[in-house]
Amino acid sequence: MMENMLFGRYVPAESLLHRMDPRSKLLIIFFFVCIIFIANNGITYAFIAIYTFIMLTMSRIPARFLYKGLKPVIWLVIFTFLLQLFFTQQGTLLYRLGPVKIYEEGLKQGLFISLRFLFLILMTSLLTLTTTPIEITDGLESLLNPLKKVRFPVHEMALMMSIALRFIPTLMEETDKIMKAQMARGVEFSSGPLKERIKAVVPLLIPLFVSAFKRAEELAVAMEARGYRGGEGRTKYRQLSWKTADSLQLLVLIALTVLLMLFRS
Amino acid sequence: MDISLSHVEYRYQAKTPFERIAIQDVSIDIPSGTYMALIGHTGSGKSTVLQHLNALLQPTKGIVKIGDREIKSRQKNKSLKPVRQKVGIVFQFPEHQLFEETVEKDIIFGPMNFGVSEEEARKRARLALKHVGLGEEILTKSPFDLSGGQMRRVAIAGVLAMEPEVIVLDEPTAGLDPRGRKEIMDMFYSLHKERGLSTILVTHSMEDAARYADQIVIMQQGMVIKKGTPEEIFSDPIDLMKMGLDVPEVVRFQLMLEEKIGTHLGQIYLSIEELSMAVASLVSGGVRS
Ligand SMILES: Nc1ncnc2c1ncn2[C@@H]1O[C@H](COP(=O)(O)OP(=O)(O)OP(=O)(O)O)[C@@H](O)[C@H]1O
Ligand SMILES: [Mg+2]
Repeated sequence: MMENMLFGRYVPAESLLHRMDPRSKLLIIFFFVCIIFIANNGITYAFIAIYTFIMLTMSRIPARFLYKGLKPVIWLVIFTFLLQLFFTQQGTLLYRLGPVKIYEEGLKQGLFISLRFLFLILMTSLLTLTTTPIEITDGLESLLNPLKKVRFPVHEMALMMSIALRFIPTLMEETDKIMKAQMARGVEFSSGPLKERIKAVVPLLIPLFVSAFKRAEELAVAMEARGYRGGEGRTKYRQLSWKTADSLQLLVLIALTVLLMLFRS
Repeated sequence: MDISLSHVEYRYQAKTPFERIAIQDVSIDIPSGTYMALIGHTGSGKSTVLQHLNALLQPTKGIVKIGDREIKSRQKNKSLKPVRQKVGIVFQFPEHQLFEETVEKDIIFGPMNFGVSEEEARKRARLALKHVGLGEEILTKSPFDLSGGQMRRVAIAGVLAMEPEVIVLDEPTAGLDPRGRKEIMDMFYSLHKERGLSTILVTHSMEDAARYADQIVIMQQGMVIKKGTPEEIFSDPIDLMKMGLDVPEVVRFQLMLEEKIGTHLGQIYLSIEELSMAVASLVSGGVRS
C-alpha cells in the first residue's frame, strides 16, 4: 500500500554521483538552487537544461523510474505554466479566443518558471536518489560543524535526523502490516463513506504510536547500554572523503555560473 | 469454503527499481475442511501466500479463487468484506493490532465491522475468550496492561469472534512458552475438528505439521517444491534434510535407530505412540539383521 511512494528514495547504483562525497553533493545542490535564478533567457536556460541532463545521465538512474518519481509533481509544473500563461498580460498579443488572451511575455514566463521548477525538482531528487539518508546527515553534520562554535547543537540535530530517517522505512512497513491486520478484521481504508474512512484511522494510528514509543524506549536503552554519551569527542565509523571528482564537480558548477552570468540578458 | 491458487505470482513494488518476485507459479488447492501446513525457510514467501487467501494482496499473475470469488491481476475488486469475513487471518505477532480501551471492545471490533449486532458480538467475545483460555475478568482491562502471551490470546480471540469459515495462522505461537504453544495449537485443532474449520498454518515446527496437518506444502524461494500428506512428505526424510529442512524428532529417532541396528522398520512413523509400538514388536520379535 505504501509501495508507490518513490519520490525522494535512495536508489542504489554504481555511478560517479553515487560515489561522490555527500558534502560536495549538498554544496552543489545548494549552489544550483541559487544560480538557477540567474538564468533569464533561452540560452541560459539551455545551459541549465544541458547541465541537468548530464547530471541525470551520470547518475545511471533508469529514466522510467525518474519519470515515475516525477509523475506526482508534473501536474504542479503544468499548473504553474498555465497560471503564468493566462495571467501575465505583457508583451505582444499572440492569440485570443473570447476572454482568453495569451501574451508573448506570458508564454515566456510560463515556460521559464515551470522549467526552473522542473530542474529544481530533478536536481534535488537526484541528491536523495544517489545519496543514502545516512550520508546526507553525515554530510550536513560535517558542513554545519562550524556552527558548534555558536553552541548550535549540530551533533544532536544530526543524530535526531538520522534516527528519524532510519525509522521511516520501519514505520512504513509497520503501517502496512497494521493496515492489513485491520483490513482482515473488516476495516476498509480505501472505500466506503468519508466518515467511515476517517474513523478507520484510529485502529491504525493507535497501534502505530504504541509501537513507535516502545521502539524509542528500546533504542534509548540500547544506546545507553552501549555507552552513548552525546557527541563530545566521538569519532566516526563512516569517514567522509573528499576526492578529486568532488572538486571537479564544483569547478564545473562554477564554470556554469560564469557562463550564466555572461549570457544572461 | 474452497480456496485455490493457480499459477499465482506476486511481485512487491512492481514496476519500480525495488521490484522483487516474492512468489511464483504457486498452485495450491485448499478444499473445505482441510488442515494444511505451510513450511519453508524464512523469506520463502509463506506470508505472501497467506495474504492472497483473503485478497489482502492481489496476484500479479494467476488466479485466486475464494469460494465463488475470483481474484485476478489488474482487476478492480469491489467490496471484499464478505471474503474477509469468511477467511480470518491471525498474523505474525497479532498483538500489534490491538488498539481499543478494553479487551472486550477489541474483540468485538471485528465482528461489528462485519455487521454483527453488539449483543451477539459480546456473546461471541466471551466464547472466544474461553477458547483461548482466558477468564472473563479480563474483558474490562486495557489490552495494553496484559502480558505478551495474554495479548496474543486476546488478538486471536478477536479473529475467532468473527466466526470465519477458514482460519489462516501465520506462526501463531512464535515466542510463546511451550505450554502456551501446545494449548493454542490444540485449541485450533479442536476448532478444526468440531466446526470443520479449514485451517492453514504457517509454522517452523515440523512436529506441529506432522501432528495436526493433513496436507503439507513446502516452499522454497517463492515456489512450491513439495506437497502431500505428512506420510508422503516425511517418507523421504533424507530429501527434506538436503533441502535444509528439519524432520520431526520421531522421524529422526527412527532414522538413527535404524542406522544403529542396521535394519529398516518398513515405514515412517509420525507419532511417538506408533513408533514405540513398532519398536516394541521389533524387540520382542528379536533383532534380525
Ligand atoms: N512489503 C514488502 N515489500 C517488499 N518485499 C517484501 C515485502 N514483504 C515481503 N517481501 C519479500 O518477499 C519475500 C517473501 O517474504 P514473506 O514475508 O512472504 O516470507 P516468509 O516465508 O513469510 O518469511 P518468514 O518465515 O520470515 O515470515 C522475501 O524475500 C521478502 O523480502
Ligand atoms: Mg512470514
